[in-house]
Amino acid sequence: MKFSNPPALAGARILGLGSYQPDHVVTNHDLAQRVETDDQWIRDRVGIVERRIAPEDLSLVDMAVEAGSRAVKDSGLDTGDIDTVIVATCTMPNPIPNAAAQTADRVGIHASAAFDVNAACAGFCYALGTAADLVRAGTSKNTLVIGAEKLSDWVDWEDRSTCIIFADAAGAAVVGPAATEDEIGIGPVAWGSAGDIASTIRILGESTNKLHQEGQAVFRWATTKIAPVALEAIAKAGLTPADIDVLIPHQANLRIVEAVAKRLRAKGARQDMRVADDIVYSGNTSSASIPMAMDHMRTAGTIRSGELALLVGFGAGLSYAGQVVVCP
Amino acid sequence: MADNAEILTGLAEIVEEVAGIDTAEVSADKSFVDDLDIDSLSMVEIAVQAEDKFGVKIPDEQLAELKTVGDAVDYISKNQ
Repeated sequence: MKFSNPPALAGARILGLGSYQPDHVVTNHDLAQRVETDDQWIRDRVGIVERRIAPEDLSLVDMAVEAGSRAVKDSGLDTGDIDTVIVATCTMPNPIPNAAAQTADRVGIHASAAFDVNAACAGFCYALGTAADLVRAGTSKNTLVIGAEKLSDWVDWEDRSTCIIFADAAGAAVVGPAATEDEIGIGPVAWGSAGDIASTIRILGESTNKLHQEGQAVFRWATTKIAPVALEAIAKAGLTPADIDVLIPHQANLRIVEAVAKRLRAKGARQDMRVADDIVYSGNTSSASIPMAMDHMRTAGTIRSGELALLVGFGAGLSYAGQVVVCP
Repeated sequence: MADNAEILTGLAEIVEEVAGIDTAEVSADKSFVDDLDIDSLSMVEIAVQAEDKFGVKIPDEQLAELKTVGDAVDYISKNQ
């Protein structure tokens, strides 16, 4: 007996981007009415000025559908060209049904392979790496990858150390084939986990069921362990830090973003490397933050088609993943 | 092995780089929080850099005990 496999392609690339945020803006002044905090304290600690919070009747899947539809439109593909949908999320209201199948159907990608990935704030980079390999192996023609989160459902609105950080949004990318080596637009993923310190970011299954984070421990981990992951992603793609045009780390906390950028510059990244700071007006939106930041930067003209962007996600698990991509 | 004066000088340089405080302000009697107005996240950054510079481990629990610059110099001196 002999199995047959489709021939593998040279690689994969991003064909389109899209994102969605709820309309409702929550400022630092709004939060100061609910918990003991103030605008300056929040700006100093996390770099956030305002964030978007979804109303009760806007679901995580609603946001995923909107971002996903925009990415498909941007890619120029028809929904019929897409056969796989991956939703990275860690904030679905219930374990089943998953987000991906409903999202696929509502975007118009019927009978799609559809599954969720939970690697929290590293989720988008995990899903993007998976999608790139599915396309390269010939398992999928084109895959829609979406990071979507409704963190407001899980945040403890009495906890001033976390309620100032998190927000709601979705971001998406369409991944398609690169037939030749010159077309490859998604580098190999560098990923891993640190389950030994899993409890530092958790949603307790006990009485409260609210998000808890040991901020100082997570800050130390993120500011020291993530730059090496980013450097590994650069090396795996056969590049050097000086090749990177744009750094788009998970928008966890502006001070973590700046610390990662500083470490990369110390290792040869350029001073003029642009660094995503979407967190300032979007908050920390977990798996949505990277594709949304990339989409926003493209709209603002701060990244251009063909430029090299270094993505790196990190968060609960603890999990981390990064790769270099060519901006669509 | 750095002596206490060298540790203080090195630590002051780290504090200046992380928190933008002039090295002359960073003396042994100063409290990180009350006198130098350094927040908890900057303290983590200072600890991480001090670990690299002096070859010590400063876990978060220990970090919380280091109230003054002098406390940090003593801890680094004993543990390097």
